[in-house]
Amino acid sequence: MIVGTGASPGIALGKVLIVRNEPLIIEKEEITSAEEEKGKLLEAMEISKSQIAKVREKTLKELGEEKAAIFDAHIMILEDPELTDNTINRIEKEKLNAAYALKQTVLEFITIFEAMDNEYMRERAADIRDVSDRILRNITGEQTTDLSMLEEDVILIAHDLTPSDTATMNKEKVLGFLTNIGGRTSHTAIMARSLEIPAVVGLKDITEKLESLDFVILDGETGRIEINPPDEVTEQYKALKEAYEEERKALEEVKGKESITADGRKLELAGNIGTPQDIEGLQKNDAEGVGLFRTEFIYMNRDSLPNEEEQFQAYKEVLEALNPKPVVIRTLDIGGDKKLSYLKIDEEMNPFLGYRAIRLCLKEKEIFKTQLRALLRASIYGNLKIMFPMISSLEELLEAKAVLNEVKTDLDKEGISYASNIEVGMMIEVPSAAIISDILAKHVDFFSIGTNDLIQYTCAVDRMNEKIDHLYQPFNPGVLRLIKMVIDHGHQEGIWVGMCGEMAGDKRMIPILLGMGLDEFSMSPSSILPARKLIQTLTFNKTQELVEKVLSMGTADEIEEYLKNTIK
Amino acid sequence: MERKVMIQNETGLHARPASSFVKVASQFTSDINIEFNGKLINGKSILNILSAGLQKGAEIKIIATGADEKEAVEALENLINSKFNE
Repeated sequence: MIVGTGASPGIALGKVLIVRNEPLIIEKEEITSAEEEKGKLLEAMEISKSQIAKVREKTLKELGEEKAAIFDAHIMILEDPELTDNTINRIEKEKLNAAYALKQTVLEFITIFEAMDNEYMRERAADIRDVSDRILRNITGEQTTDLSMLEEDVILIAHDLTPSDTATMNKEKVLGFLTNIGGRTSHTAIMARSLEIPAVVGLKDITEKLESLDFVILDGETGRIEINPPDEVTEQYKALKEAYEEERKALEEVKGKESITADGRKLELAGNIGTPQDIEGLQKNDAEGVGLFRTEFIYMNRDSLPNEEEQFQAYKEVLEALNPKPVVIRTLDIGGDKKLSYLKIDEEMNPFLGYRAIRLCLKEKEIFKTQLRALLRASIYGNLKIMFPMISSLEELLEAKAVLNEVKTDLDKEGISYASNIEVGMMIEVPSAAIISDILAKHVDFFSIGTNDLIQYTCAVDRMNEKIDHLYQPFNPGVLRLIKMVIDHGHQEGIWVGMCGEMAGDKRMIPILLGMGLDEFSMSPSSILPARKLIQTLTFNKTQELVEKVLSMGTADEIEEYLKNTIK
Repeated sequence: MERKVMIQNETGLHARPASSFVKVASQFTSDINIEFNGKLINGKSILNILSAGLQKGAEIKIIATGADEKEAVEALENLINSKFNE
């Protein structure tokens, strides 16, 4: 068994097809006539243009305008006069063969684009590469596996799949994808999810491990791969696949429905996201908002702090896509175990109890202010709610709010507009905050309970330490009582209370949280539909009784056992 | 024919605005260049424009030479001043 990154859920079983689209090897060759090379180039460009136009049309029909737009960009690159002129120049002046001349020209642009500290530009570098590979193949006559002509059902195995590959392939025949490179947000992964084709990516050398007659099974949820497995394993997966598909069908039925209990209590089921690319998952799973947008991704995998503009674009994208649904954006939660190469933080004995999140933001005020400015500017594009992480005292909350007000005053002076009704809330993840939540509630518009840290801090259990992981107990009576107290305190002051930790999507926990009166449940988007289905079968009255019963119990085991027996 | 303009839209000459600029510029037969910081950028080249990374506040000169240079400069100036309808 091999394990990669599960990129698109579902199970696929089938024969493999190894897609040969590795980078072309283009070498410098002696040329006889520059005129002839020029002709080759222009002809290959013409052919490429009509190919791209066809791909665009196909994509437009099958996937819509937004996905087709990428090929407009490809045509614009293909028609770029600098691309043609510089290449012809190289052919004529340096006596280079057409393919090599084009490769040199393209490399120049790719180098510039890839060096830019900007995700958008790096993606454009991939577009240039896709277009130039197409022209190069048309010059050299070296063709790739033609995915539009697939005859039988296959699982595609590739180093990576390009936008052209996924657009042209005969989707009816593709059971799944396996690729060497990529992560959950790579092109292959996004396309697989939007086409609902199971996929596992980041398998390193899967193209080397498999041969064309091999039979594989992939589980796009867990990222597991089985190569030529024995019959009993195949049978197990067949059963899993059937169960998975049945469940998907049942979930489709609650799409577009309200999240409401059998006795009429309405709840909000929102999603937790990490990048604007997760919007797609929210829409697919019918999220009623975003309960937690972690902003760390903007700061990670780079060499310097993101500027206001970059942040603004990311926040705006999410707010606009969700509008008018609420989007809770959490301010930077970095430090401790999450490090940034360009922000020097000393090694700490207890990073989880250390210099992180709001503590860092209140010291490094410029970083904090830049983020708040970007958030406020983006607020006019949707329904923004700002949330501060790791608040452990009233002073911290007031200080964070004061910085927010300072930034608002600055924007007022500059005549920059922002929404007037932005709700400001805080995470409840530190016990000291939970205990004085009656006081804190007077100063915020909402609470969101972060259970992962709240459990860790309340039980004094490092969740990374395997020796004590049996003590990390979501059903710990102390934790449950604390959660109940926070919800009650919030409601006493008339504010709403949500939860954005793993617990909120946990089927065993949902009835308890519902009974406690939790207003908003924020979870990974794929948990939303199952949660809605469950909620429709529950009644608020019964779950209130359940809470009373559970809160009288003394151990996590007792509670867990009781829940297992009362809720199917 | 040339004209000085300042880029005022938030994203600068980037992403969608950059392609709008190229689309408009390509409708004219005149040669169209952007002068910025003493460098010339081909106004019909998306690759050149994106490489230049022109941000909000950049002061550029649009230079067009050819039969329809006047119309070209005006159309591009309007496009920039409309902030690309962002």
